[in-house]
Amino acid sequence: MTMMKAGDARGAEAVSASRLTSHKMKEKGFASFLLFAGISVLMVLGAFFVTLVLQSWPLFRETGFSFFTTLRWAPMEEAFSVLPFLAGTLMTSLLSILIAFPFSMALSILLGEYLKTGPFAAAFKSVTELLAGIPSVIYGFWGIMILMPLIQSLQMKLGLIPYGVGILTASLILSVMIIPYAASLGRDVISMVPGELKEAAYAMGATRSEVVFHVILPYARSGITAGFFLALGRAVGETMAVTMLIGNSNFIPRGIFSPANTMASVIANEFGEADGMHTTALIAVGLVLMILTGLINYAGKSIMKRFQVGG
Amino acid sequence: MADKVLSVRGLNAYYGNKKAVLDVNVDFYKNKITAIMGPSGCGKTTFLRCLNRIHEVNIEARARIEGDIFLNGENIARMHPILVRRRIGMVFQKPNPFPHMTIYDNVIAGYKLNGIKKKKHEFDTIVEQSLTRTALWEEVKDSLYDRGTFLSGGQQQRLCIARALAMNPDVILLDEPTSALDPIATAKIEELLNELKENVTIIIVTHNMAQAGRISDYTAFFYLGELLEYGTTEKLFTNPENEKTENFLTGRFG
Amino acid sequence: MKNPSVSKRMVKDHFFKGLVLFFASLVVIPLFLLLGYIFKKGIGAINWDFIFSMPAGVGESGGGIVHSLTGTLILIIIAVILSVPVAVATALFINDHPKNKISRMIRFTVDMLQGIPSIIMGIVVYIWIVLPMKNFSAFAGGVALGIMMLPIVIKSTEETLKMVPESLKEASMALGAPYYKTVLHVILPAGLSGILTGVLLGVSRIAGETAPLLFTAFGNPFLNTNIFKPVDALPLLIYNYSTSPYPEWHSLAWGASFILVAFVLILNLITRLVVKKWQIKY
Ligand SMILES: Nc1ncnc2c1ncn2[C@@H]1O[C@H](COP(=O)(O)OP(=O)(O)OP(=O)(O)O)[C@@H](O)[C@H]1O
Ligand SMILES: [Mg+2]
Repeated sequence: MTMMKAGDARGAEAVSASRLTSHKMKEKGFASFLLFAGISVLMVLGAFFVTLVLQSWPLFRETGFSFFTTLRWAPMEEAFSVLPFLAGTLMTSLLSILIAFPFSMALSILLGEYLKTGPFAAAFKSVTELLAGIPSVIYGFWGIMILMPLIQSLQMKLGLIPYGVGILTASLILSVMIIPYAASLGRDVISMVPGELKEAAYAMGATRSEVVFHVILPYARSGITAGFFLALGRAVGETMAVTMLIGNSNFIPRGIFSPANTMASVIANEFGEADGMHTTALIAVGLVLMILTGLINYAGKSIMKRFQVGG
Repeated sequence: MADKVLSVRGLNAYYGNKKAVLDVNVDFYKNKITAIMGPSGCGKTTFLRCLNRIHEVNIEARARIEGDIFLNGENIARMHPILVRRRIGMVFQKPNPFPHMTIYDNVIAGYKLNGIKKKKHEFDTIVEQSLTRTALWEEVKDSLYDRGTFLSGGQQQRLCIARALAMNPDVILLDEPTSALDPIATAKIEELLNELKENVTIIIVTHNMAQAGRISDYTAFFYLGELLEYGTTEKLFTNPENEKTENFLTGRFG
Repeated sequence: MKNPSVSKRMVKDHFFKGLVLFFASLVVIPLFLLLGYIFKKGIGAINWDFIFSMPAGVGESGGGIVHSLTGTLILIIIAVILSVPVAVATALFINDHPKNKISRMIRFTVDMLQGIPSIIMGIVVYIWIVLPMKNFSAFAGGVALGIMMLPIVIKSTEETLKMVPESLKEASMALGAPYYKTVLHVILPAGLSGILTGVLLGVSRIAGETAPLLFTAFGNPFLNTNIFKPVDALPLLIYNYSTSPYPEWHSLAWGASFILVAFVLILNLITRLVVKKWQIKY
C-alpha cells in the first residue's frame, strides 16, 4: 500500500524536474531534522551539567573549597558543607545494597539458572516487575505508615530514642526498591553464561550447585558486579522514599538508627524554601550528586559492556 | 574379542514426543576406538549424550530415554549421574575450556567441581601427566597459570581432552571434536586418540570418513535414528552389508 | 585423598537450591504487604466523589482528588508531546548511522540521562523555565517529565528499528521512494509496536514521579487547566497528604495510591498486550 504511494510517479517522465528538486529538499530537510533531534538530546545532557556548574559557581567563588572540607550545614549561618549528605547518601545506599544482596542474588540465580521457563518463573518475574513499577512516593508512604512504627518499637526495645525514621528505615525501603532492578540485571547476566561451559562441568560430574559456584558465578562475576554498580547508582539518586523516611537531619549520621539526609533528600526538603546562597549551595549539592551518580553509572555500564563483549 | 565396557540395550531417545534414536543395541569394546557415523540429523549427538546421561541436564530439550545402558555390567540408570559422568568423560564439538580459569585449573576442574581435595604436588602431577598425554605439556608448561583462552583452537581442544582425562575415566565420548579445527590440529588430535586408547575406551562421532578410517577400530553407522550397521571399521569400509551404508561411504548421499 | 561422598554433595546441592528458593520467595512478602495495604486502605476511600470532586477543607473527611487527576493527565500529555517526536527522530538517526561518532555520543548520552536522579531534573528545569517565567507551571513539570521519558523511548525505538530487516527498506527504495517516505511509510509503521511500547513504558515510569515535580508543577489545591499555572499531580498529592498529620488526608492518600498503582499496572498490562499482539515478526 504505502509502497504504491511512493511509486505514484507512473514512469520516469512523469517526474517533473520541479518535483525532483522538491523531493531533494524534503529529503535534506528530513535528514537535518533527524540530526537536529539527535544533537538536541546531546545538548540536554551538556546543558544539565553546564547549568549546575554555572548556578553553583557563586558558592565556590565565595567560600572556596569549604563546601568539601567543613562538616556543618547551617543555612541560617551561611555554613554549607556537602559532607553530611555525602555521608548520609553513602551510608543509606551501601546499607541498602548490603540488604538487597542475598535477595537479588537468589532471584538472579533462580531465574537465570534454576527456573528459566514455566509458570513459576513467570510468577517470580511478575513479582519483580510489579515491585519495580510501584512509584517511589508510595514506597515512602507505606514506609511511614507500616515500617516506621515497627522500627520505633525495635528502637524502644533497644533503649534508643524511637525516631522511627533514619538511615536504617530508609535503607530497608530502598533495598526493596532496588532488588527488582539488581535481580533483573543479574538474571540477564547469568543466563548469558554459555551452555557449553555448564555442560562441560556437568560432564565431569558436577552437581548443579557446584556448577553455579565454580562456573556460572565466576564467569558472570564482572557482569554481576556491574549490576550492583548500576543498582547503587539508583540507590544514590533515589529521592522521594528516602526523603520521607530518613528523618531529615543535617548532621553527620552517627549510626544506622540516626536520622540523616542524603544529597537528594536535602534538595527535596529545602530547595522550595531556600533563597540566595542557600539555593546556590543546594544546586552545588545537586552537582555533586549528578557527578557521583554519573561516575557510578559509567563504571557499571563499562563493566557490563566489557562483560557482554569479552565474556 | 575384547571386554565390553559399555553395552546399550533397546535404547530409544525422545525430545518431547519426537523420537530421535530408535531401538539401538550395541557393545563398545575396551581400549578400542569406535567411530559413530551417519548423515546429519540421524541422532549421533543424541545417542552420545544418553551414554553419560548429560541429556538430563538440559531440561528445556525434554530429552528422555527408554532402554538400558550398562557400564562394566552396571546399569547406569541405577548409578548416580554424577558417578556416571565421572567415569564417562566428554569432549564437545566446540572447544570449551573454562574462560575464567587458568590452564592449570582447567585441567583439574573435574576435581575442583567434584569437591575432591588433593595436595598441591598431587595436582601438579595430574596436570603434568594429563597435559603430557595430550601432547600439550611442552607448549603450555610456561603459561600454566594464564587463562586458557589465548590458546589456538586445536590447543584448546587438547586442553579439553586433558581435562576429561585428568579424571581417569573409563570411557571418553567425543562429539565431532575436530570439526572446528584445521587439518594440522586435527592430525595431532587423531594421533593423540590413537595413543590414548591404551588406557581408555573412546567413542567418537565424526563426519569425516577418512578420519574414521584412520583411527577407529569399530564403526557404527546410524541412519534416521537407527543403528543400521556395526562392525569392525575394516569390515564396514571394505564390505558393508547394508546398501545404505555403502551409499553413504561412497559419498552417494549424506 | 579426601573424597566427599555423592550423597553428601547432593545434600549440599539441595540445601543450596532451598536457600535460593527461600530468599527469592521472601521478596514476594513486601509486594504482598504493599499491594495488600494499598488495596485494603485504598479501595475504601474510592467512590464517585473521590474521583470527581475537589478536596474538602483541612481535617474534614470526604472530598476528592479531581484536581490531581486532571493535573497528572495534563503533565503526561505535555511530556509525551515534547519527548516522543524528538525521541523517535533521534532513534531514527542512530539507526541510520550506527557507527557514526555522533550516534555513539548520543547512545552514551542516553545511558547517562537514564541515570540522572529525578530530583536533578526538577532543579534544572526550575532554573531553565520556572525562574525566567517567574512561576511554577504544568509546562515546566511536563518538560521535566519529558526529559525523563526521552531515554526510555529512544532505547525501545532503537531496539525495534534494529529488527526491521534491511530488505524491507531496500524494497521500498527500489520502488523509487525517497528515503524520508521510506522511513515514514515503511520503517516507522513496521516499528510501531516498539515505539508504542516505549511510550507506554515511559508514561508508566513518569506517572508516579514526584521529585521532578516538586519545584516545577509544584502542586495546587485547586483545579487548574492552564498549562502556564501550577497544577497538582497524583504523586504530589500522595506526598503532601501522607506527610500531613491528618488521618482523613492519609485515607485520601491511600485512595490516590490505589489509583496511581492501578494506573501503572494497567499500563504495564497494555504494554504487554501491545508487545504480544502487535509485534510484527520477520
Ligand atoms: N534439543 C532438541 N530438541 C528437539 N529436537 C532435537 C533437539 N536436538 C536434536 N533434535 C532432533 O533430533 C534429531 C537428531 O539430532 P542429532 O543432533 O542427534 O543429530 P546428529 O546426528 O548429531 O546430527 P549432526 O551430524 O548434524 O550433528 C534431529 O532430527 C534433531 O532435529
Ligand atoms: Mg551432532
